[in-house]
Amino acid sequence: MTDSHSEFSSDVDSHADAPTIDPDLIDDAVDYFIPGEPLVDTKAPSGPIADRWSTRKFEAKLVNPANRRKLSIIIVGTGLAGASAAATLGEAGYNVKSFCYQDSPRRAHSIAAQGGINAAKNYKEDGDSVHRLFYDTVKGGDYRSRESNVYRLAEVSTNIIDQCVAQGVPFAREYGGLLDNRSFGGVQVSRTFYARGQTGQQLLIGAYQALERQVAAGTVTTYARHEMLEVIVADDSSGQRRARGIIARDMVTGEVQTHLADVVVLASGGYGNVFYLSTNAMGCNVTAAWRAHRKGAYMANPCYTQIHPTCIPVSGSHQSKLTLMSESLRNDGRIWVPKRKEDCAKDPREIPEEDRDYYLERIYPSFGNLVPRDIASRAAKYQCDDGRGVGPEVDGVRRGVYLDFADAIARLGRDAVEAKYGNLFDMYARITGEDPYEVPMRIYPAVHYVMGGLWVDYDLQSTIPGLFVTGEANFSDHGANRLGASALMQGLADGYFVLPHTIRDYLADGPFEKIDESHPAVVEARTSVEERINHFLTVNGTRSVDSYHRELGNIMWEYCGMERTEDGLKKAIDLIRTLKDDFYRNVKVLGTADSLNQSLEKAGRVADFLELGELMCIDALNRRESCGGHFRAESQTEDGEALRHDDAFAYVAAWEWGGEGEKPILHKEDLVYTAIEMKQRSYK
Amino acid sequence: MKLTLKIWRQPNAASTGAMHTYELDGVSPDMSFLEMLDVLNEDLNAKGEEPIAFDSDCREGICGMCGLMINGQAHGPEVTTTCQLHMRSFEDGDEIVIEPWRADAFPVLKDLCVDRGAFDRIIQQGGYISVNTGSAPEAHSIQVPKDAADRAFDVATCIGCGACVAACPNGSASLFMGAKITHLGELPQGQAERDSRVVNMVGQHDHEGFGGCTNIGECTAACPKEIPLDVISQLNRDLRTALRHGH
Ligand SMILES: Cc1cc2nc3c(=O)[nH]c(=O)nc-3n(C[C@H](O)[C@H](O)[C@H](O)COP(=O)(O)OP(=O)(O)OC[C@H]3O[C@@H](n4cnc5c(N)ncnc54)[C@H](O)[C@@H]3O)c2cc1C
Ligand code: SF4
Ligand code: FES
Repeated sequence: MTDSHSEFSSDVDSHADAPTIDPDLIDDAVDYFIPGEPLVDTKAPSGPIADRWSTRKFEAKLVNPANRRKLSIIIVGTGLAGASAAATLGEAGYNVKSFCYQDSPRRAHSIAAQGGINAAKNYKEDGDSVHRLFYDTVKGGDYRSRESNVYRLAEVSTNIIDQCVAQGVPFAREYGGLLDNRSFGGVQVSRTFYARGQTGQQLLIGAYQALERQVAAGTVTTYARHEMLEVIVADDSSGQRRARGIIARDMVTGEVQTHLADVVVLASGGYGNVFYLSTNAMGCNVTAAWRAHRKGAYMANPCYTQIHPTCIPVSGSHQSKLTLMSESLRNDGRIWVPKRKEDCAKDPREIPEEDRDYYLERIYPSFGNLVPRDIASRAAKYQCDDGRGVGPEVDGVRRGVYLDFADAIARLGRDAVEAKYGNLFDMYARITGEDPYEVPMRIYPAVHYVMGGLWVDYDLQSTIPGLFVTGEANFSDHGANRLGASALMQGLADGYFVLPHTIRDYLADGPFEKIDESHPAVVEARTSVEERINHFLTVNGTRSVDSYHRELGNIMWEYCGMERTEDGLKKAIDLIRTLKDDFYRNVKVLGTADSLNQSLEKAGRVADFLELGELMCIDALNRRESCGGHFRAESQTEDGEALRHDDAFAYVAAWEWGGEGEKPILHKEDLVYTAIEMKQRSYK
Repeated sequence: MKLTLKIWRQPNAASTGAMHTYELDGVSPDMSFLEMLDVLNEDLNAKGEEPIAFDSDCREGICGMCGLMINGQAHGPEVTTTCQLHMRSFEDGDEIVIEPWRADAFPVLKDLCVDRGAFDRIIQQGGYISVNTGSAPEAHSIQVPKDAADRAFDVATCIGCGACVAACPNGSASLFMGAKITHLGELPQGQAERDSRVVNMVGQHDHEGFGGCTNIGECTAACPKEIPLDVISQLNRDLRTALRHGH
């Protein structure tokens, strides 16, 4: 099937009025944080935006090929961001160690991306360009991303396709043998490259093969089934602080290992699993990033979350994850719920037309079922909150709405619908056991992606010298919302084309002073990991790790999900703090430290999610505006549109860890746009 | 539904394992197979018994991390991955036997988890096209006929789960290897290394202790991605050609 877009968001007209906000209204979170110094990205070159990346590449110091072997790099993560970096740096001759928690680097969650990858190739001669991709991405991010970074992303996007094709990635092709493109995310140009509904898989296999080639060449060593549990940040004899390694646990033997290096890269993916249920894989976690955060790396915009409207709903309290379905389904399916609560348990086919509420068509007559993602998601939530959701009752509420193809089948014929959506219908039938040709599908929004992540400068370096962050784990390119097909682009841009240049500037000053396992920073990191493991195994309480994770997820989803309010967020912070106390006193982890122990692995991840969840709520509380994926109920127009406040919030919120039990410190990086004008979104 | 589960338990790679029997009540047909095991594990944890270790990650049939022998069938009764199998494929009162992949080249690590590192080592021996980052030509300078591109894609969908090996009476990884050989061999970019690729990968395959292919076809029947058997013919053809070329 060629049009299984899993990602979609309508491009909308903009109007330029800039609403102002009463300054008294912007201190919601004043009791929860300490104001810090402003933050500036010192690495972004000035000058015309189109020249900045070439300037930076030229100015970055070089490393003599003969020295590279002596320089060691640790890369945590083998998704698109990590595998591409490991392969490229291995090819350059550095000494690379690559880590992942799965049993093979090929299984990182990038593998699950379906829809495609953007690149400004302009193969269709439809007016695409680097500048247009840049423009669409900044606008899609609701003017909350850093323009220099986004421009660079658009600029290197074209190289990515060349590289992947040369590696043998089997992109879709036209009959003439040239690459096919489609338009995606409602944008007006066709710039999305795809490999049926498995683009992420094919791109990742390409990067994985390049990585394994370097393993054979002896430049990269892989550590599968190894989980990074701490970063080592050490002072050298002159007092310079640098990231110098990690503590990892061999997940099979339980051995706690120290790995030292000249530089550390985190490419550890997104933290959507803080919501327990999401489209992420079971193991996706925040541990690598959070441990770095506690050691001094700032966490930027943690509340920016993308919620995808068309996922298969929860079927019961046993649910372990959610599955995304292509949003292209909204092109032909009509979304509705029963008008009356009494009808919600009925067979939908028995509910007559006049008793159905096609609420998107009713509220948004011009866009109808194709309203942007966040609006479609919120509207579904409101119907279900109102008691008019459908499907099985889970914890007393039905959380689902119908996506009905009866009209489309009548209009186009079953064969045409099958040709377009057959594989999605099959997937739906496999998971739900219902036949969507006969009974309307049920859908509900789910957490899909996080725009927030560790703060990085233009070089992708965090606030800890020598700690670089790439891919979904950093915050850099998507602002408050990510356009479809641009996460794959960012992961590969970072790993193949950006990091290899910026990291050499850092490594040119190395190899750094040798440290060994007796260095106090190493001892401290190791001891803290061992103590944590020991703690979890000795609490011997009454509740499983999963039960805590699920409860945290419920709190996050309820109060820090599709719609956020001051009261709700404050309540969530209290609930999370109580839950965290209880977790440390009452969790039950069986088994031993020196064997494969999946409960123990999960305990460490949930502990970090609990702290992250609190910070996300504080960040959301502070940001009393609606922008991108972040909707504050207090900041909307009369007709329920998101209302951004550029006068007060055109900044990146970079949070510094304040210490155990202390308030976090907020550093603001002002966003300045020189190459693009800020506009308000409107879907009318 | 109420089920009787007979599950292989083995504390670690060095020890010997045994089947254990568990009764599980309250299983809903909407649960996935792995969610059913999650529920069992919650029960065990509550009773103070260590949960059963099994692998999974994406739980949407694409990462290849999951994989169980279910009543003697790799990934169970349907053509899909273990994580996409749902309990509605079973009936109330059923007895279900659950074991790890069994193959010499996939040692059991604990309970239902095995070590599939051999697959990575086969890929290291040539399952790639050698092209350093930055040295690629403009993408449109390489034209690929659509049917070749489609065929390459079809076989490139292998998820590296290992069901083919587990299903094969000889423990052969020929289907996995044939899929990669065919994927890269269909494309113009893959021609330069075609001979050395097949020779080196097959060498590593045999070295890892995988068995030879005797054309039984259990692999393709068990494969959740329906990789066709003819990739093994392609593998053999490429190998003969390479040997003829003096490799
Ligand atoms: C279902 C789905 C569909 C999507 N579809 C699209 C799409 O069509 N287009 C698009 O552009 N984007 C899409 N996205 C988003 C995109 O896939 C991801 O944002 C992107 O792939 C993330 O890549 P990554 O390399 O940063 O992280 P990942 O691929 O998640 O890799 C993380 C790596 O870090 C490792 N790791 C994590 N923590 C640790 C630790 N503590 N110790 C050791 N290793 C660790 C993991 O083992 C893994 O190797 C989709 C996402 C999902 C979930
Ligand atoms: S060929 Fe099929 S069964 Fe074998 S590893 Fe690949 S996907 Fe799994
Ligand atoms: S868990 Fe990923 S394929 Fe089954």
